[in-house]
Amino acid sequence: MKLKIVVLAKQVPDTRNVGKDAMTAEGTVNRAALPAIFNPEDLNALEQALRIKDLNPGTTVTMLTMGPPRAGEIIRQGLYRGADDGFLLTDRKSAGADTLATSYFLSQAIAKIDRELGHVDLVIGGRQAIDGDTAQVGPQVAQKLGLNQVTYAEEVIKVEDGKATIRRHIDGGVETVVAPLPVLITVNGTAAPARPCNAKRVMKYKYATCPMERKGDEPWTDLYASRPYLTLGQWSIADCGADYEQCGLAGSPTKVKAVQNIVFQAKESKTLTSSDADVESLIKELLDEKIIG
Amino acid sequence: MNNVFVYCEIEGTTVAEVSQELLTKGRKLANQLGVDLNAVVAGTGIKNKVEDQILPYGVDKLFVFDAEGLFPYTSAPHTDILVNLFKEENPQIALLGATVIGRDLGPRVSSSLTSGLTADCTQLEIGDFDDKKSGKHYDNLLYQIRPAFGGNIVATIVNPDHRPQMATVRSGVMQKALYEGNAKGEVVYPDVAKYVPETDFVVKVIDRQVEAAKNNLKAAPIVVAGGYGVGSKENFDMLFQLAKELHGEVGASRAAVDAGWVDHDRQVGQTGVTVHPKVYIACGISGQIQHIAGMQDAGIIISINNDPEAPINKIADYVIVGNVEDVVPKMIKYYKQNSK
Repeated sequence: MKLKIVVLAKQVPDTRNVGKDAMTAEGTVNRAALPAIFNPEDLNALEQALRIKDLNPGTTVTMLTMGPPRAGEIIRQGLYRGADDGFLLTDRKSAGADTLATSYFLSQAIAKIDRELGHVDLVIGGRQAIDGDTAQVGPQVAQKLGLNQVTYAEEVIKVEDGKATIRRHIDGGVETVVAPLPVLITVNGTAAPARPCNAKRVMKYKYATCPMERKGDEPWTDLYASRPYLTLGQWSIADCGADYEQCGLAGSPTKVKAVQNIVFQAKESKTLTSSDADVESLIKELLDEKIIG
Repeated sequence: MNNVFVYCEIEGTTVAEVSQELLTKGRKLANQLGVDLNAVVAGTGIKNKVEDQILPYGVDKLFVFDAEGLFPYTSAPHTDILVNLFKEENPQIALLGATVIGRDLGPRVSSSLTSGLTADCTQLEIGDFDDKKSGKHYDNLLYQIRPAFGGNIVATIVNPDHRPQMATVRSGVMQKALYEGNAKGEVVYPDVAKYVPETDFVVKVIDRQVEAAKNNLKAAPIVVAGGYGVGSKENFDMLFQLAKELHGEVGASRAAVDAGWVDHDRQVGQTGVTVHPKVYIACGISGQIQHIAGMQDAGIIISINNDPEAPINKIADYVIVGNVEDVVPKMIKYYKQNSK
């Protein structure tokens, strides 16, 4: 069965390893010091999409990402692994979007793909992005498009007869669900890791860019005229026919009131050595005070 | 109208602990705002089985939706229950557990109602807000306080203009307590078909395996936790031994879980379990913010670390500078010698 799959992926700052150099003297996070990476669970999502494609010849996988021009890298990373094409949603007016405004813009773009490029059967994204950890965008996109939703997927077991069979994580266990297409699936980090980049595809697409990524003086600029696949899709809010009022800050019901650095109350600590005498006296002290029994 | 709502999650006919924790918090917020606390629960065959697990936490009105197909949970029917009920009731605040279910349901409901939702809050407070852009002043908003940016900062989020103000909270973050005041305790059993169209029952659960939690980390009075400094899976055995002697449980930092030394369900921190033990023994844990956020309320914190500058030492009551594999066996030995 030929399917059309849209993969939602986000470029994120690598918040997992915020070292001392990433913190400014005032104790705030210096985003510039953190590398921009492919959101880890979106890679798991991409792999599930590519596996469905492997099992269903004729299936196409379209990358969809939202961000500044440099997020075109997400589309390239998808192409290197086997995706067919991709679109970058970029618009200054989408800045400051919370999850609701983000999901609105994404859903408008998916609706456009569905209208103009073929019916979308599956939308697959990571469970959550590591810069926000909200896990909200997936279900909100599903709601806006009226799609069924299956979150926390571990594996898309099969897609046939217009239904997807999915094994998913639940609190305290696992369950298997059957969901009619079209369906939006969010994939857990415990799902299969993404396949490596394919060397031939890297050679083919390494100069593929969104128009806004280009400075115009690249030595390979003349290639863009002869090789249309090197020009990646790029849409603004207007291109998607979306409503400005529902995008960016204007479309975000949540507002950030304050942001604080985390300061833990330092305690007066008692420092001991690992000597027998020190450890024994500590244990005795805890026992005497009935802290341990 | 304008009340505080808590969505109560169930497994079969058992109400989740996180929901009871939220009822306790919801009651306090409702008292502060001078409104009612309402609860909603949906399942199959739950009538007369769940009420006693919900009402004692101070609920004024409980909506029980009992029908075939509402358990196991699937997204669409539960979404329509909340969306249609909220359209009738217009709550000002709606709280859900930051569980797999709550994090599946919350965003779908918030998108339907175009209301704001904040995930994984660690504190909820009531306060005022001045919108600098519009110059408008708002009284009594819900401050939704959560770690952001991988846990490196804490953000206070408000939803000035949209209702309900929705938030999810992880299990163990709030503490449950039976309500000692007087709540109305009314129970209603709405007609599910009026809220949920038949077309909602399209996703089928064909297989389901749930195990009771393998450990009692959340409620353990003593936690012996290991980090990357423990060094190996074998060394973790010592921690289990110490925990057994002390009648405690073993916890771990994300680094130790990622290294495969210990099960994921023992992870303490923002993305794991929040613990409030009497004693927390941190073995070879450097003390990343996301870890500390899950254990900072421990009564006594003992840090065993060969790095005297480890960040966790700042919040520790006792710091033992040394290797985990030297210190832990000594603790076991001297505990055995002195405890009897």
